[in-house]
Amino acid sequence: MTPFAGFAMPLQYDGILKEHARVREHVGLFDVSHMGEVRITGAGAVDAVNRIISNDLHRIKDGRAQYTTMCAPDGTIVDDLICYRLSAEEIFICINAANRSIDPAHMREHLSGDAVLADESDDWAQIAVQGPNATTLIERVFGDTLAKLRPFRIRTVAFRDTELYFATTGYTGERGCELYCRPEVAVALWEQLEADGADLGVGPAGLGARDTLRLEMGYCLYGSDIDRSTSPLEAGLAWVTRLGTEFVGRDALVAQRDAGVPRALVGLEVFERGIPRHGYPILGADGETVGAVTSGTKSPSTGRAIGLGYVPSGMAAEGTELTIDCRGRQRPARVVKTPFYTSKGDS
Amino acid sequence: MTDTPPENRYTEEHEWARRDDDNPHIIWIGITDYAQGQLGDVVMVELPEVGEAVDDDDACGAVESPKSVSDVFAPLVGRIIEVNETLLDAPEIVNSSPYDDGWLFKLEIKDAASFDDLMDHETYASFVEGLE
Repeated sequence: MTPFAGFAMPLQYDGILKEHARVREHVGLFDVSHMGEVRITGAGAVDAVNRIISNDLHRIKDGRAQYTTMCAPDGTIVDDLICYRLSAEEIFICINAANRSIDPAHMREHLSGDAVLADESDDWAQIAVQGPNATTLIERVFGDTLAKLRPFRIRTVAFRDTELYFATTGYTGERGCELYCRPEVAVALWEQLEADGADLGVGPAGLGARDTLRLEMGYCLYGSDIDRSTSPLEAGLAWVTRLGTEFVGRDALVAQRDAGVPRALVGLEVFERGIPRHGYPILGADGETVGAVTSGTKSPSTGRAIGLGYVPSGMAAEGTELTIDCRGRQRPARVVKTPFYTSKGDS
Repeated sequence: MTDTPPENRYTEEHEWARRDDDNPHIIWIGITDYAQGQLGDVVMVELPEVGEAVDDDDACGAVESPKSVSDVFAPLVGRIIEVNETLLDAPEIVNSSPYDDGWLFKLEIKDAASFDDLMDHETYASFVEGLE
């Protein structure tokens, strides 16, 4: 167990490599109850949330999910979020554990109109079910209709006299769902998933595997790859940044775009025995420091030493040769495309 | 209960040291069972250069898991005379056999008696117990 954002969290259960393989090949269960949740309701909730996120909730229908960043007025990232559009008057939002107190305050400060925010972080537990066998497991527990639900959808479903949110989202690149349930039924839900998936290779996966799985997909981790010093345009999140809409931070981002985005978060691969790690300097051709690694590991699925890091925009092209200073040893590295791994289910 | 073979000496950085059967100036070094358990799956090992002179407490290698890097320190003053190159391609041996096949490097020490200054197995075992 490891302390994380005030929670005692399982870093690993029976080894990161084993848990990682479980999710890529079978199905893994993650206890991600540390994640926070807020609900914004009222007339004009969609418009109110749109003004605090970089993406655009008008682009999705009710019952769908959308990934987005939430920016400060200076265009840096306060958090990255999944917004679930339950209806035009009700948005359920999953926030990062470390920002459970920061986000609601930021949102309240910038919320407009009649929309009301409820901080529900203590009211929800969350279990993520991820892996190629997740579909079969979901069918057994929740039935055929939810098992066939396409990615980035959300439905309400009954479980033990409570309602839970069944969302086809995740942080691993595999099929599956995230289940937002009441804390009092979380253990029963976990046990049922384990029992019904016994012949499917189901088992627990901890924070360690969650990190290696998300990194293989090139997904950002708040606090490592993105934070209050980075903008979504720098972080490769322009695809969730709709500069045609009005939102907090938009003017700063338009100015950054017009002036030229100075740096970019890129995929990195290190050669010759070295694993990039958060904080390692990235060096240019003359040995000068040009950036830093923000995440890295030895990819369990591919065996490659992979990472993410910021480099000047002029050095962000795929194939650019760099050097990474791995604890005093200079290792050749290259800018490579992300994701680093393609799920077998998607090929 | 962590495994601490009685013939070894130990450090607070969780290295073990073992005197070579034939030569008291040659010391085998590795990381302890406790260390490998804490670290989890070892996916890369960085070894010192053969011939390198080391001071005690010099960082002279590293053991990496998917999640973290741990320095390996030289427990004694000496010179690196051999490294376990098998680990370069099979770092998981550090997990499966920390005290035998998972040795990291051999150190030649001038002062053979310095070995006796390291913690004995009982002291190390109670040191680890205090951490848990």
